Amino acid sequence: MIRTLPQQKSYSTAFRFYIIIYYIFLFAPLVITCILAFNDSNFPALPWKGFSLDWFLADGPDRIGLLHDSSNIRSIWVSAQTALWVSILSVVVGTMGAFLFEQEDFWGKQALYFLALTPLVIPGVILGISLLLAANSLGIFFEDNLGVDVPFLRPSFWLVVLGQFSFIATFVLLVVSARLKKFDPSFEEAALNLGATRFEVIRYITLPFLRPALIGSGAVAFLMSFENFNTTLFLVGSETTLPINLYLQVRDGSTPIINAVSFLLIVSTSTLAVINLLLSKRGEKV
Amino acid sequence: MKHHFRLGLLIFLTPVLLWLLLLIVVPHIELLMMSLQGKDDTGTTVWTLNNYRSFFTEQIYWYTFVRTALYALTVTVLTFLVTFPVAFYITKVVSPRLTGFLTILLLMPFWVSELVRVYGWMILLRESGVINHLLTSAGLIDAPVEMLYNDVSMLMGLVYTSMLFMVVPLISSLEGLDDSLIEAAHDLGASPFAIFTRIVIPYAAPGITSGSIVVFMLVLGNYLTPKLMGGKNSLWFTEQIYNEFIASFNWNQGAAFGFLLLLLSSMIIWIGLKLSKQKLGRTLS
Repeated sequence: MIRTLPQQKSYSTAFRFYIIIYYIFLFAPLVITCILAFNDSNFPALPWKGFSLDWFLADGPDRIGLLHDSSNIRSIWVSAQTALWVSILSVVVGTMGAFLFEQEDFWGKQALYFLALTPLVIPGVILGISLLLAANSLGIFFEDNLGVDVPFLRPSFWLVVLGQFSFIATFVLLVVSARLKKFDPSFEEAALNLGATRFEVIRYITLPFLRPALIGSGAVAFLMSFENFNTTLFLVGSETTLPINLYLQVRDGSTPIINAVSFLLIVSTSTLAVINLLLSKRGEKV
Repeated sequence: MKHHFRLGLLIFLTPVLLWLLLLIVVPHIELLMMSLQGKDDTGTTVWTLNNYRSFFTEQIYWYTFVRTALYALTVTVLTFLVTFPVAFYITKVVSPRLTGFLTILLLMPFWVSELVRVYGWMILLRESGVINHLLTSAGLIDAPVEMLYNDVSMLMGLVYTSMLFMVVPLISSLEGLDDSLIEAAHDLGASPFAIFTRIVIPYAAPGITSGSIVVFMLVLGNYLTPKLMGGKNSLWFTEQIYNEFIASFNWNQGAAFGFLLLLLSSMIIWIGLKLSKQKLGRTLS
């Protein structure tokens, strides 16, 4: 049954077998994608035709590797910029929200808190289309009444940033609030008694305490933004992000260059995830 | 402390209000308004219920809606069945030294973009895919079989993408279950079945609810997996929304569909929370 009770042999063998199958199921698609990035073949399929770095390095005329594929490189760059802006915005606004809901009291706080949580339970597609509609109506309003054209109200880079920020901020809010709940207010009170202003207290006492949560949630916000698809789909303009660009390639047939991109994504996100995990483990001990 | 720092309140409140009003409240009011508008014969915009009426009169629309909801429910149940033994194994059966490692391993694939995961399944399952190659080379089948682009592959893909959001709340609720409860039941002669239904499942109920709510919502709003792994006939409601917006350019109709999806997902979440007597804040964190 559990580890402290005597177990029937068949029970533990069957259980272990199931767990092994589960982990194979979990990793099979990723491992295969990575392996086929190095296959010397024009299709992302077996048979294995030998090891090759063509899909990373080749510079035509038969094969174009990732390094020379300007459309994929550009979309990686767009995604990185988007994710950077989204994580900065989310961490700033999410942290302010955490302070607001944990340390302030005002009329309608519970209702506003509830509203602040909803972005995480609204399907991403709905967030995308409603922002698209609102931005479009606002754009038409500006053009009809003021005669000005506001390009960022059409599907564009900044609209994607706003759309992703609208729900990732909630995530940061939850993580930072959880950390803020563990904060001992007597530190703040001591500093206030000693003559510090409210913002000096935040700057020198509360923010250093929150640092692990800020870094951790910022990193996760970056990842969430980098791989967001549903919300971005409706807001994206001519500057396509990496997931959208990959989706278009997968839909229209596939070349091993997608495997090469995936390989880099898998390696870099796992590295980032492990670093984040180690940092947050260390943060918890403090 | 509270009376002296109204400035602080203002500084914290302003960005939060701007975020929620401009990016959440106003857009969703706009979504509702757009769904209630349409063009009449002369091409002027008028208020109308036509977008909602066509949802009920065109069979394909509500059929897709119901189908999506039922499949999302099926995926939620399947995800629970697949991940519960894993959560139980990690928290209760395997030696504690391995718990941390197995948990990290469990989370790893979900840091990678959903698109990459779906793509991995595509190159495994399709007719020219890896599994077919292995099976034919081993002589188990004569000719490659198309295993992708059907409802089964779509369900499997959706379960795969959703597992994380079920297994994490399950693990965290099972972690709190004191082993001695199970030991006591065992010593008093309870069968494993009784232990599961009377002790383990009731104890894990909060985790099961939050996992199920999140999985259901994410599956309902998923676009990639049904689109890439489902067949030509595997209709999904988000695809209908996408078609109205991007292909037919009928934003009013699309807005109505979007609003209906939002309604369905909010209703399920509300029922889930009521049934389990939980608060939204606790479920999310």
